[in-house]
Amino acid sequence: MSESAITLYRLQACPFCERVVTTLEEYGIDYESRFVEPLHSKRDAVKRVSGARTVPVIVDEHTGVTMSESDNIVTYLENTYGEETPVTAGHEGGS
Amino acid sequence: MDLGFDVVELEPPEHPTEGAQAPDFTRPLVNSEYWVDTALSALAPPVCLVFHPMDGAFPATYMWSELRDRGFGGLDATVVGLSISTPYAHTRFIEDNDLEETGFRLFSDPAAGVAREYGIAHDLGGMAGVTEPRPAVFVLDADLTVRHAWVAREHPEFPEYDALESALTAAVEA
Repeated sequence: MSESAITLYRLQACPFCERVVTTLEEYGIDYESRFVEPLHSKRDAVKRVSGARTVPVIVDEHTGVTMSESDNIVTYLENTYGEETPVTAGHEGGS
Repeated sequence: MDLGFDVVELEPPEHPTEGAQAPDFTRPLVNSEYWVDTALSALAPPVCLVFHPMDGAFPATYMWSELRDRGFGGLDATVVGLSISTPYAHTRFIEDNDLEETGFRLFSDPAAGVAREYGIAHDLGGMAGVTEPRPAVFVLDADLTVRHAWVAREHPEFPEYDALESALTAAVEA
């Protein structure tokens, strides 16, 4: 429950977040969901990890990567965990 | 509490008692910033598990203010609550009652499944279809072994705070 290497900061019913979830599940990646409030002003936890208050954000302890923007995250997950590319520690694909 | 009239008595509950193992469950656990699905068994013992009426009801405010003022946040224990309120309501409750600094976290169980598991479900009069846990407190050692249990027998009734504090302090020192 709290031992997943990947943490996803998400907002309920946010389509961009759901897109990232779809990708995580497609690759069978274990992750922890942290749901935050709709108001940006109540998203200090997100700001602390990513520097911005937007979601989704993933924090990947496997690689040390923290990333915002669903486009970037999906590309990163594909490059890092997709079937054609084995997991490589330190790999910082995407964006 | 002497009001000069009889308060509503509740049926004897069938909850886990001292020495028994409390049922494990997983629900969203809310802190001041976000919520995460969390298992009760994943929390560091000893755990003080407080079932409270829905956020906004005055007993919820009274109970958490009391635990805050007694300094439960400073004990080397995990203090968590549980009500049927949503994570959004819990977030506001934590903020409204100055609980951010205490480390208290609140489980959200809108369908009252945990209350049923614990044998403390209470159908609210005048609120059709709404079931919530009775006020109840459990101090749990490792493996969810019940060290101390208190469940309301009247509506309303508040926890025996001194007994709870003694039990939790003893659990911390054990």
